[in-house]
Amino acid sequence: MEKTQEQPVRSLGIDIGSTTVKLALMEGGKILYERYERHYSQARQKIVEMLSDLEPLTADGLLRAAVSGSAGIGLAEAAGLPFQQEVFVVGELVRTLAPDTNVVVELGGEDAKIIFFDRLTGGMDERMNGSCAGGTGAFIDQMATLLDVDVSELDRLSLHSTRIYPIASRCGVFAKTDIQPLLNQGARKEDVAMSIFQAIVNQTIAGLAQGRKIEGRVLFLGGPLYYCQGLRQRFRETLRLTEENAMFPEWGRFAVARGAAMFATRAPEAFTLSQLREKLATAKVVSGAQTLPPLFADEAEYAAFAGRHARASVPRADLETYRGGAYLGIDCGSTTTKLALISENKELLYTYYASNNGDPVEIVRRELGEIYRRTQGRVQILGSAVTGYGEDLIRHAFHVDIGVVETIAHFMAARHFCPDVDFILDIGGQDIKCFRIRNGTIDGIMLNEACSSGCGSFIETFAKSMNMDVRSFARRGLFARAPVNLGSRCTVFMNSSVKQAQRDGATVEDISAGLSVSVVKNAVYKVIRAGSAEELGSNIVVQGGTFHNDAILRAFERELGRDVIRPDIAGLMGAYGAALRAMRLKKSTILPPADLAKFSHASRPAVCKGCENRCKLTINTFADGGRFVSGNRCERGAGGKKGEEELPNLYKFKRETLLKMEGGEAKRGRIGLPLALGMYELLPLWSGIFRALGFEVTLSGMSDRGTYEAGQFTIPSDTACYPAKIMHGHVARLLEKGVDAVFYPCLTQNFDEGDTDNHFNCPVVAYYSELLRGNMPELTEDNFLYPHLDICDEKGLAANLGAALSRRFGRIPAREMRAAVKKGMADYHAYMASVRQKGEEALAWARAHNTRVMVLAGRPYHIDAEIGHGIDQLATSLGFVVVSEDSVYHLAKTPEVHVLNQWTYHARLYRAAAFVAAQPDVEFVQLVSFGCGVDAITTDEARAILERAGKYYTQIKIDEIANLGAVKIRLRSLLGALEMK
Amino acid sequence: MQKTYQPFTAEMKAAGYTILVPNMLPMHFRLLLRIFGHYGYNMELLTSTGPQISETGLKYVHNDTCYPAILVIGQFLHAIQSGKYDPHKVALMLFQTGGGCRASNYISLLRKALEKAGYGYIPVISFSFAGIEKHSGFRLTPIMIYHMLYAVLYADLLMSLVNQVRPYEVRAGESEELAEAWTNRLADELAVAKGPQGRRARRNIAAILMDFARVPRRQETRLKVGVVGEIYVKYSPLGNNNLEAFLLGEGAEVVVPGLLDFCMYSVYSVSRTRKIDMRWLLSHFNGLAYRYLRGKQAMLIRLMREHGAFDPPTPFDHTVSLTRGVIGLGVKMGEGWLLTAEMLELYEKGVHNIVCTQPFGCLPNHICGKGMMKPIKDRHPDINIVAIDYDAGATRVNQVNRLKLMLSNARMNQREAAPAQSA
Repeated sequence: MEKTQEQPVRSLGIDIGSTTVKLALMEGGKILYERYERHYSQARQKIVEMLSDLEPLTADGLLRAAVSGSAGIGLAEAAGLPFQQEVFVVGELVRTLAPDTNVVVELGGEDAKIIFFDRLTGGMDERMNGSCAGGTGAFIDQMATLLDVDVSELDRLSLHSTRIYPIASRCGVFAKTDIQPLLNQGARKEDVAMSIFQAIVNQTIAGLAQGRKIEGRVLFLGGPLYYCQGLRQRFRETLRLTEENAMFPEWGRFAVARGAAMFATRAPEAFTLSQLREKLATAKVVSGAQTLPPLFADEAEYAAFAGRHARASVPRADLETYRGGAYLGIDCGSTTTKLALISENKELLYTYYASNNGDPVEIVRRELGEIYRRTQGRVQILGSAVTGYGEDLIRHAFHVDIGVVETIAHFMAARHFCPDVDFILDIGGQDIKCFRIRNGTIDGIMLNEACSSGCGSFIETFAKSMNMDVRSFARRGLFARAPVNLGSRCTVFMNSSVKQAQRDGATVEDISAGLSVSVVKNAVYKVIRAGSAEELGSNIVVQGGTFHNDAILRAFERELGRDVIRPDIAGLMGAYGAALRAMRLKKSTILPPADLAKFSHASRPAVCKGCENRCKLTINTFADGGRFVSGNRCERGAGGKKGEEELPNLYKFKRETLLKMEGGEAKRGRIGLPLALGMYELLPLWSGIFRALGFEVTLSGMSDRGTYEAGQFTIPSDTACYPAKIMHGHVARLLEKGVDAVFYPCLTQNFDEGDTDNHFNCPVVAYYSELLRGNMPELTEDNFLYPHLDICDEKGLAANLGAALSRRFGRIPAREMRAAVKKGMADYHAYMASVRQKGEEALAWARAHNTRVMVLAGRPYHIDAEIGHGIDQLATSLGFVVVSEDSVYHLAKTPEVHVLNQWTYHARLYRAAAFVAAQPDVEFVQLVSFGCGVDAITTDEARAILERAGKYYTQIKIDEIANLGAVKIRLRSLLGALEMK
Repeated sequence: MQKTYQPFTAEMKAAGYTILVPNMLPMHFRLLLRIFGHYGYNMELLTSTGPQISETGLKYVHNDTCYPAILVIGQFLHAIQSGKYDPHKVALMLFQTGGGCRASNYISLLRKALEKAGYGYIPVISFSFAGIEKHSGFRLTPIMIYHMLYAVLYADLLMSLVNQVRPYEVRAGESEELAEAWTNRLADELAVAKGPQGRRARRNIAAILMDFARVPRRQETRLKVGVVGEIYVKYSPLGNNNLEAFLLGEGAEVVVPGLLDFCMYSVYSVSRTRKIDMRWLLSHFNGLAYRYLRGKQAMLIRLMREHGAFDPPTPFDHTVSLTRGVIGLGVKMGEGWLLTAEMLELYEKGVHNIVCTQPFGCLPNHICGKGMMKPIKDRHPDINIVAIDYDAGATRVNQVNRLKLMLSNARMNQREAAPAQSA
């Protein structure tokens, strides 16, 4: 460091992150003071308070200060202090402090960053996570809340893990979707904790490495990496770093503050401490927040509102005096467990509603015991039913008589409460369910998808992060003067909107009210997709624990412009509905008091070896020797139904047929075909051509989680769909197999199947090779062939493909090329015809055996075991014959659609929907990959085609999410609704 | 087949329906609208801004649809619901490019949204040179297209000159006033133009260049930051949270490739087939159109070079050639290979700092935007690109923070490149 002539001036670095404030006071290279504090969104006050600590250190001396951190931009500007971007600051600091570093990984509260240093040129390559990413400190906080522990406890737990579950790493919401069911199924918290850390590691790598290997000396910085030993361990192991190369410096959490202090030495002005404090305390930050009108004008308006809703109540009876039969309903939801005991006259005797704290079994044991203790034999439970995510576990544990799918339970309760109900909206902890009712039966079901789960648990987690319970948090929103507009895309985005609003000075009241409005908008515009209240009918019942929040109820009535009915047991409706359902029973099998006293429960992990899915199981055992296995996709893992005949499954047929399309003699060379994206459609064509030309064809095989991980380093755009991202792994695997070249052509257009406006591929299917070539360093001109071809023009195809192959493998005569193309075309058409024929056979079989049929409509690549998550097998295990969209579309004409019908795959989708619309015994379930922009257009159309014909439309959104809990609920809801019709 | 749509009829035109047009490029669109005005179309440019636009859009469009669709449709519905227009005497106009991107469906989504909001009777005009739809009341004549081409040429020039002058002008606002004055003058002229425009255009361009050269400017070096990306969020301040204004405020000179490039890309990329059929004919027509546009661009470049004070656009043939070895010219959905080419072109011009804008989840940009950053960086290690996603839910602070990172690096690179100048 160069010496200045002047008196040494101390420099102060202020790092204002999304959740914490860090200060570093330096003189020369020496650290005089460092501190790290959570600011609970009151950053400015926190800093001013922390600055007092500096008094003894600075006296009257001058300070130069600089601000950094994502939350510091506004304050720095307003206070007239220099601002330095945090990643840049860290880069500079590391160049000075640890010049032998190759890579820096820094995790902050909301941002993840990676910096690559090029030691030769001294250059840096810096990346920050995109908008859709959650693998950061705030995510750890959320997950800890979910497990009902604090972050340090989460870390301690993780160190005792024995296995790692696959958890979606795309974002916090998705991860939650995987974690919640794991907990409900009895997975050990230790294992879940470590799996959370692994998800963060995967997220960081997949989102930020973008084609560069994280290797050499890696410096890990930021709060979470400083505090969480488990996270450190996961990084070290996943990146295969040695102890020396994985560096977790003591100053890791202060890196940005120190860097800012380093920059502060060059600040133009110096101040005394009190001047600085004054500047920060009085700076006027311009608020960029958009506000909404207040929910209630005054107390009187609220009183009228509360009075109106108080009238919607369920009759009650006294448990202490009641004698006779009773029915128990249990709703073991994603975050809460609810119990309702009702009398023979449907009066409520006993209710329970509380967070399940990650251990619903214990709660049910305790509450059932409580009921037994208080009734002392006066009350006989004649029937019991359980619903919700934990249905199977609780049913096995306590020998509950029946399981009810939660949609049906909620519907039963609402219909009982309001017999002429037209529409039911249920917002629970994690799910939003909507039903349109016509003539007393369910006319349509709409469920939220993972990426719109702005539900109850979000507000709860948020309230907790503000050190408040959810009730008082909600109450404070009622009279907010200026609720902030927080948007509604997803909870991760909402989270950062909240933080921005806080920085801009929004009050807790305004944020609470704003969050309520966002939850409602999310439900109305994303789940219900309603344009007006008329579409919903006149009798609207709202329920679910979230609606106990008056602010949400009010916001909903406002958004619709009409009054709705909220039962006073809104949160218990699932349990109440289950109890109503149990009234069909006469005698219950539920654990009697004596057995309950001896009850105990243990769980252990295992891996199913039944098929290629390799499901990770959790085996629960109970004191009476009972066993319950969860985590399985089919019944095989649960140890049953092995000998039974399997139902026809077109997905299985296609998988088996396609996997056979390899081999051949390697006369000209060995070609590798990645079994992903469009290859799932055109494999017969390419394989046919290559084998006819004398190439040995090698397939990358069916994907598994490992395939994805093998390629995740090179994914440049983390918001692309999973089927695309997994492509990297397929190509990597083929190269490992030692093929001469991998082939995946660019195809703007697919085959023209007629009757459409055009026959495009989607941009990702069409051009993903271009991206692969640019981002996978191992690919060269020689080992990766991706010519742009037009498969609709046979002659042109032969010529252009011939030219591309000749460059790599030597001249191929045009005649031979043309013959090969002819052969490939014949193979393709034969394959497609066989799929159609199998489809018709499956339909005939189903009709002969009186079995339900499901058109599981997706894209060709959805048959993949990893991408489709074995949903086809789940469907057959639920009793459906499964056919694919391309096996039945020929049975219907293209229906009228309101959009350009210009993609081949989607044209089949519309036709398959039109086919289902005309069949009484066939159901339609659409698989949609997260991030599929095209499906934002097709899903509404497919729904319209079916609903015009009075058929149900079910959508299943899939991504990396491995847990099928939510899928199962959707399919069972469909079954339940069909049975009630 | 597709549902029939409400066409814009000759009677509607005669009845003086107001045709609303969403804003994207203010100067370009104003010129174009004046030409339409001359042919009896009563057009109005929507200049509304604010959060209600996307709020309205989210209400009527599937929320996973791309952000430009949400904004454009939101802007239309917001205008219709404002009460300012008689909904029975209003029509809407949208540009339709066609192709495998979702964007070709904006018009269908707009019609669906109108229906949902109870305005199914409002006609939507598809503006496309390919003539995807037929409307008896709306016809693009060759002469109109001819004048529109000049409008684009002029507006591109004005936009580029404002960008080159504004950061350095001594009196703030002068270059924009000048552009405003020229826009009005050119609009008047194009509205009544007759006969070949070539000679007049050369005169106008020369005069514009002289005028802008006369604006007093400070002599200083500023960071140059290029903006590329999906066409709507690249150009529209509503779509990109006033990106240009932000960059200007940070002391940068903004470089934005013109609309003519996109037009040339559109005609360039129509594939040539071997069969002699409609597509063959089309490809020949496009070949002619391409050569014609190239001629106009060449004229502009020549005049700018001769004048010497300002950076001219890069000849399109050269832009095309820059993609070699990076991305195939077959990538033609959305902005396709042009997006990649523009980043390379900017680098070659000495603009090493680039913001690549896209709507959140933009499908083509996975490939030609974010997907091409690594190969471009491999070629030019000193290029400084940041990708910014725009969306109704994305927070501005996250965007600003990423932009600031890019700017910090840009300043550091600038300092390191010119160590002698630092005090």
